[in-house]
Amino acid sequence: MSELYQLHDVTHRYGERTILTLPSLTIQQGETFALIGASGAGKSTLLRLLAMLETPSQGTVKIHLERAWYDGHQLPLAQRRKIGMVFQTPIMLTRSVLENLAFGLQIRGEKIVKARLMAMLEQLQLAHVATAPAYTLSGGEQKRLALGRVMILETEVILLDEPTANLDPTNIALIEGMLQKQQRTIIIITHNFFQARRLADRVGFLHNGELLEVGQAVPFFNQPQHPVTRSFLSGEMLF
Amino acid sequence: MTTFIQGFKEAILLIWSLDPTLLEIINHTLQVTLWALLFASVLGVPLGAMLGLTSFRGKGFVTTIIHTAMGLPPVFVGLVVYLLLSNRGVLGDLDWLFTRQGIVVAQTIIGFPIVMGLTMSSIQQVNHQYKTELLALGVNPFQLVLTMIQEAQKGIFVAIASGFGRIIAEVGAVMLVGGNIEGKTRVLTTAIVLETRQGRFDLALALGIILLGIAFCLHLVISGIQGRVATTLQ
Repeated sequence: MSELYQLHDVTHRYGERTILTLPSLTIQQGETFALIGASGAGKSTLLRLLAMLETPSQGTVKIHLERAWYDGHQLPLAQRRKIGMVFQTPIMLTRSVLENLAFGLQIRGEKIVKARLMAMLEQLQLAHVATAPAYTLSGGEQKRLALGRVMILETEVILLDEPTANLDPTNIALIEGMLQKQQRTIIIITHNFFQARRLADRVGFLHNGELLEVGQAVPFFNQPQHPVTRSFLSGEMLF
Repeated sequence: MTTFIQGFKEAILLIWSLDPTLLEIINHTLQVTLWALLFASVLGVPLGAMLGLTSFRGKGFVTTIIHTAMGLPPVFVGLVVYLLLSNRGVLGDLDWLFTRQGIVVAQTIIGFPIVMGLTMSSIQQVNHQYKTELLALGVNPFQLVLTMIQEAQKGIFVAIASGFGRIIAEVGAVMLVGGNIEGKTRVLTTAIVLETRQGRFDLALALGIILLGIAFCLHLVISGIQGRVATTLQ
């Protein structure tokens, strides 16, 4: 396994407020990395940095794509398109479900093969609403569509911000099933420890903008090293 | 009240008789209005969208200028365009003073800030998350502007309709730049002013009713286009 991401001495601020302080983190190609932590810990900010949607106030976030390292300042569009992200509350374009699914391919100038789109909709269990306006879908269906919209693209990495939050077990199982079949790097934010355990190779615990512990999923959950991680995993209120 | 009834009757008679002078005035009105609207929209929609999508130092000041320009006094615009197009003006060589091209220039200047300002505001009203999500999906800057225009299309059609309303109702600048020359630059608004000055109120009212009718029909067309675009996008 080679490294996909390298983060060094990262500090990120919004105005005077420091959101994230991360001395070092590497993410391997092909692994599933779960980020857990309380609300406001800086998980979504870290994901936006990894998506290169923001550049850190200090330090570097680098991604290795097609035999070269890039940071957010020098990432060409072609490489940018190798990073896919699914937001916690995805936005549906004012188009049909099928057109939403095809949007990423369309902007990349790729050939739109309807059979391929329909196959993806079948997997997402959305084939029956293919021609419906996407905004008419339920919350769970919209999340599935947002996931499909990224999965259909040839990205190296998929970043997911709580893709199953507020979803019923059927939707969760469907999304997890699709994620488990992926060969590419997946970085997922989740509040669900069981989900992190089921999906992740490695887990990182963020607390007040600091990555307190990173480890392989099984030892991370069975024998957390950091006392704050232990408290968090045992359900104590952390402030 | 009698004048209003008389005006209404006159309007019907004028339309019924297909008066050639009236048809010519309507034709000129439509020509200058639609050209000016086209230029104002072609310039105003993309620029407004780009301004709505970007943040830069001094944007607040630029926005204040645009909002001021949305209320530009037409007579002032007319005066400036008159001076620019006059023999001694920098655009004097064009020989557009007292022509319909000159009127189009003045009307474009009046309509453009309205279309741009309202487009900017429509784009800003689209959830900020749209821009982030589109960037995450891999759009280039051109695709970003185009998609945001599609997403804000309802507001943008309102911007175009507002620009149209301002342009078709314009009289001060048109009078100054066009000169209200019969058969050449006379349009419905300047014809109304002329008939009013001559005390022919019923005819002036009739022209006003026709102007309203045309504006109504064109707004119907704009709404129709918007409806079709919305259906296509869905």
